[in-house]
Amino acid sequence: MRGFLLNRLLQSLVLLVIVSIIGFGILNLLPGGPLAQFGLDPGMTQQDIERLKGLLGLDRPIWIQYLDWAWRLVRGDWGHSFRDGAPVLDVIGSHLFATLLLMGSSTVIAISIGAWIGIRGATRRYSLFDYLATVGAMVALSVPTFWFGLVGIYVFSLKLGWLPAGNMSEIGDASILGYLHHLILPSIVLSLVHVAIWSRYMRTATLDAISQDFVKTARAKGLSERRILMKHVVGNALLPMITLAGMQLPSVLTGALVTETVFTWPGMGRLFLDSLGYSDYPVVMGLLMFSAILVLLGNLIADIVVAIVDPRIRLA
Amino acid sequence: MIASIQAVAPHDVALSVRDLTVNLPQGMERTHAVKDISFDLKRGQILCIIGESGSGKSVTANAIMGLLPKVIRLSSGVIQLEGMNIVGMSPDKLRNLRGRVVSMIFQDPLSALNPLMTVGAQIDEVMAAHGFGTPQTCRNRAIELLTEVGLPDPELMYYQYPFRLSGGQRQRVMIAMALALEPTVLIADEPTTALDVTTQAQILQLIRDIQRRKGMSVMFITHDFGVVAEIADSVVVMEKGHVVEQGSAEQVLKSPKHPYTQRLIAAVPHLTGEDRPRPEAASNEPILKVEGLVKTYRGGSALFGAQRTVTAVNEVSFELAPGRTLGVVGESGSGKSSLGRLLIKLLDSDGGGILFEGCDIAKLSEAKFRPLRPRIQMIFQDPFASLNPRSTVGHIMTVGPLAHGMPYVQARDEARALLAHVGLDAGAFGRYPHEFSGGQRQRIGIARALMFKPKLLIADEAVSALDVSIQAQILQLLDQIQRETGVSMVFITHDLRVASQICDEIAVMQTGRIVERGPPSQIFLNPQAAYTRQLVAAIPGERPGNAGPVAANA
Repeated sequence: MRGFLLNRLLQSLVLLVIVSIIGFGILNLLPGGPLAQFGLDPGMTQQDIERLKGLLGLDRPIWIQYLDWAWRLVRGDWGHSFRDGAPVLDVIGSHLFATLLLMGSSTVIAISIGAWIGIRGATRRYSLFDYLATVGAMVALSVPTFWFGLVGIYVFSLKLGWLPAGNMSEIGDASILGYLHHLILPSIVLSLVHVAIWSRYMRTATLDAISQDFVKTARAKGLSERRILMKHVVGNALLPMITLAGMQLPSVLTGALVTETVFTWPGMGRLFLDSLGYSDYPVVMGLLMFSAILVLLGNLIADIVVAIVDPRIRLA
Repeated sequence: MIASIQAVAPHDVALSVRDLTVNLPQGMERTHAVKDISFDLKRGQILCIIGESGSGKSVTANAIMGLLPKVIRLSSGVIQLEGMNIVGMSPDKLRNLRGRVVSMIFQDPLSALNPLMTVGAQIDEVMAAHGFGTPQTCRNRAIELLTEVGLPDPELMYYQYPFRLSGGQRQRVMIAMALALEPTVLIADEPTTALDVTTQAQILQLIRDIQRRKGMSVMFITHDFGVVAEIADSVVVMEKGHVVEQGSAEQVLKSPKHPYTQRLIAAVPHLTGEDRPRPEAASNEPILKVEGLVKTYRGGSALFGAQRTVTAVNEVSFELAPGRTLGVVGESGSGKSSLGRLLIKLLDSDGGGILFEGCDIAKLSEAKFRPLRPRIQMIFQDPFASLNPRSTVGHIMTVGPLAHGMPYVQARDEARALLAHVGLDAGAFGRYPHEFSGGQRQRIGIARALMFKPKLLIADEAVSALDVSIQAQILQLLDQIQRETGVSMVFITHDLRVASQICDEIAVMQTGRIVERGPPSQIFLNPQAAYTRQLVAAIPGERPGNAGPVAANA
């Protein structure tokens, strides 16, 4: 078990290095480089830009720049934003809560509703419910998230006026209820596609578990169908879902990026788009590394949870 | 009790089945799974239901348990259990009987227990489901049961997860679970089929002991007449959904009346203890000489943590003469399958040599070995999984020779000739594997291997997945082919009875080593190693040297 964890940790580190090299390389290959925005500024001469390059160390070979950046990253110095000079970690930190709140709530919705639909669909296979769930999942998977967001805003905010159209809270209102009110629409929109994914996977996993021999044993023992489902089927069906939850993390993160833009949600997704617009490379690189760490961490945690839940791995 | 007075069945019958018909959904090869079957299970007896695959024996068991799949309907008949007719009973009432009045144990103990629950929790569950006892009394009873079925350290076993237990131990847990509420009837559906022969003997012994001690009535489903001879009081023989013969064990085994029963009993492989005649003019130069062969499996991480190594094949040496058959027998985990894979270089060995016609192939690279590969061919265990379902039989047979440069017309003609030779019509060439039965597929597998005119055939459990009557035919075919082509064979099997039918020499393997090697007469009649003696003694229904099965309770 400990060997397994160390192994996975090492793999994650190697992956992080690869991600950072690719990200750093691509950003520096972009036309204009990090200082492109100054080229449009009439107040800046070519000499000013050259001087700035020297000041920021951008005239050095790219691999030196990378090593310098990576070494600082490891020591906790993630650089400063080109926009306002604030430390990158602080900038990310101020947007982190909003994104985690959105991701967390939509994941809870996706898992609970998706699992419920999947289990019900599997136990009532080929019923009307199962059929509708299948069609619904296909629709949710094929329609883009931003469209759901726009329709949601149109129906629930503009027409019905039930829910706010954007932002995380009203100015001057920091009550939990206010946050929740703002959270409802974006978290549901973000969760839609994941409810669909979860329900499909959960249906398959449940069908798989139902056909196992130990379910037949449970029936032969005279257990009630309800207990068979709760105790023997669902537990075994959820096991592969834990790994799925870890693997879905990147997709939730990209979904959050779109959703945050639609709902002007002050999270990392919007920060990322804004920073790209400003060519704020330190923040963009910081966000890239941060989300990579988040995703790898999520998968690592999923592996650990599986190992804890499954006695075959825990005790082996 | 009024119910018992009104009961149709007399007091000494625990379970009575009358005119039971179970229909199959449309589009299957038969309209019914079982038709008009009737039998009685007498109180305190063991009734064996025997039949080949598709005979309807498992459907009968599931009907009695009320566990038929939804698509299969019980259409008519009466099942009297403890004087109650359970046909048409509400699902709730049936559920109440399951585990309390009638219990069941299944074939594959590896998958019949929930991997995420402890052994104890799974036994407690039976009692809790029927509202017996408190958690404390359940636990005490569970530990008592674990002791009763002979599991070591029951207190500890209670908290174990199934994956920690061996197949035999898991089957003991299943039995403990089935006994928890002292049911009147125990249904055992092939409970020893998936077990090693020595474990099988122990489990049979356990079931018989418990049945006698508790006066329980057992309905025991099996396909193996050896098991019937060991355990049965009475026997029901089923064929294609019909009961063709029933009676006391001695009567059915000693003087079977129905031709199907006679055929079935005749097809059961027996220990012959006789050596095969040596072919004349056999050269003494061995075609295969294995010296000190070693294969080690490494598990776990190489970088971190403890590395586990298992020596699957340990210093194995033997010789095989042309046109002869060496049987490799052993229980699961003995390394016999690894040995087979090493010989055909599906696995790389870690030491020792394999001299094939004087050339050490163990050290050859894949590229150097490739021209030799056609000379050594393999016949696989599972005729369903070993043929690509998307290829025609013709393609399966010719793809190898074509890759080795045979012209298509020649390959096609040879394939057709070989199909005819193994007893299939030439039309089989253009058909797909799913159109054939298990026995026919194994014939295709053999024909495929023969396409290369091999010098050596490795048959890994080649007849284990087949019904006995088919098994006998395939063994005959292999014997015939060997006499015609002079091919040498390494015949890997867990079944000593089968090995005694076809082998000139037998090597007994245990934990990677050959513990004894010799002709069948030595292995079966005069075994030298203790382990061999143990194996031979465990064969169900056999007393070495006897021609037929002997009733165990005679």
